Amino acid sequence: MAKAIDVVGLVKSYGSHRAVDGVDLSVEEGEIVAFLGPNGAGKTSTIEVLEGYRERDSGSVSVLGEDPAKASTEWRERVGIVLQESQLIEELSAIETIRMHSRYYRASRDPEEVLGLVGLADSADQRGSKLSGGQKRRLDLALALIGDPELVFLDEPTTGFDPSARRESWSMIEALRETGCSVLLTTHYMDEAEQLADRIVVIAGGRVVANGTAADLADLVGARTTVSWRPGPSDPAPPPGLAAVATGDTMTLSPTDLVADLHALTGWAREANVHLDGLAVKQPTLEDVYLTLTADASPTADAEPGSEAS
Amino acid sequence: MSALTQLRHQVNFDLTIFRRNSAATFFTVIFPLIFLFIFTSIFGNQEVGPPGEEVRAATFYVPGILALAVISATLVNLAITMVSRRERGLLKRVRGTPLRPWIFVMSQAVAGVAISFFMTVVVVGIGWLVFDVDVNASGVPSLIISVFVAAASFSALGLALTSIIPSENAAPAITNAIVLPLYFISDVFIVGEKPEWMATVADIFPIQHTASALQESFDPFADTTPWPWDHWLIVAAWGLFGLVVTLATFRWTSARR
Repeated sequence: MAKAIDVVGLVKSYGSHRAVDGVDLSVEEGEIVAFLGPNGAGKTSTIEVLEGYRERDSGSVSVLGEDPAKASTEWRERVGIVLQESQLIEELSAIETIRMHSRYYRASRDPEEVLGLVGLADSADQRGSKLSGGQKRRLDLALALIGDPELVFLDEPTTGFDPSARRESWSMIEALRETGCSVLLTTHYMDEAEQLADRIVVIAGGRVVANGTAADLADLVGARTTVSWRPGPSDPAPPPGLAAVATGDTMTLSPTDLVADLHALTGWAREANVHLDGLAVKQPTLEDVYLTLTADASPTADAEPGSEAS
Repeated sequence: MSALTQLRHQVNFDLTIFRRNSAATFFTVIFPLIFLFIFTSIFGNQEVGPPGEEVRAATFYVPGILALAVISATLVNLAITMVSRRERGLLKRVRGTPLRPWIFVMSQAVAGVAISFFMTVVVVGIGWLVFDVDVNASGVPSLIISVFVAAASFSALGLALTSIIPSENAAPAITNAIVLPLYFISDVFIVGEKPEWMATVADIFPIQHTASALQESFDPFADTTPWPWDHWLIVAAWGLFGLVVTLATFRWTSARR
């Protein structure tokens, strides 16, 4: 399969600070990849190099077969961008804004159809100044899709959304998959990455610290399913073979063999007449995995880099 | 779509945006007309000129008001709206589309020229209808050239100015700090004798030459078409300077992002 994005050894510095420090990243054609990382990890710097907004210091970058630093008009026809922060022209209505952008492309989709696609058909004549935050973000997405792109960059597309608006956006992004469009998505939300992405790339301190499916990432940090319960005051200590750890009023097991340990635990509980109140078996969440992965990286930057650029 | 078609569409949208922006329309369309009413009220609208050829005094206020309208429609309007669009991420979004940058920038100037001609018709028309302003037909060709040269040049200067304006809040302050003092010394608000040093300073900048070119074009006593080449060339030279600065320094993204 051809690669929509192929990045090797990308470096981008601001002064002496290496915001992006040798990032490798690839997105296959038709793949949705989530790019995760804390603020200041180099996400936005990386994505802005790929979008052709920033020049890189070194590394090789190919986006749809071209170097975005030399972005041609033809290349821009094939790429859709949802910026992290951008506002709309307050004086134009939703449909006028989409029509204006449709003129920028040689072959664009039908403005009314795109407006319907992002669920704004009922707000077509609302001026930019009258649209809600969620509606503005949907219009952003519509503007990225109007040129019928092969590749879409989504920089935190649902930040600030309420849960139902996020779910609606997710279904729109999943609909992109049907069209064969490749997507590079940055997000702070683990559930968003898990829900939408075929693959997750975690960046911290300007370096890629993990790359794979949610399950791959869990394996990588050795995250295990845990078993926990709240012991009663008169409960005997669990057998030493179980290696239970007490934290607060909870006992926790991190078994290497889940079935065997569960069997041993329940057998012991039955014999000793222990109730195992609040017994829970928990899969590790991507959030736990993410926190483990990014905790090790040096927390040098506390803001998105960019102030010294452009 | 050809570049020219794209330009036409963008100009249409930019004019719609201008029309719906109440601050921009007030300062460009209403404000100069208010000044025309104020001047005729304060200084009167008596008949002046050689016997037999008397014209209304308002005839001499119109060129200054026109200069004010053209500079508001172009330099002031562009400096403020383009900085606002840059700081709010709108220019960055445009830069991410296949629209060629020159078409977008050119559209702003074309819209400014179009609004300037609209204001020429409005100011001269209201002057003629309400204040009996004398419109000398022999000056019309040079009036058209003067408005065009000034509108194009001040558009370029407005775009150039965006590079030194750091934020949306600073835009009206910086722009007005530049044009307001020049209006007063450049025959826009007050026409007449002024100290020599002041005339020397005013002569450096394009506002004086715009006002002078419009005054010559509007001269009610001229028998032949006036050709104020010297003023046009100086205004155009400033416009060229603005274009060079724009090409070298125009920013599409906020420095803070």
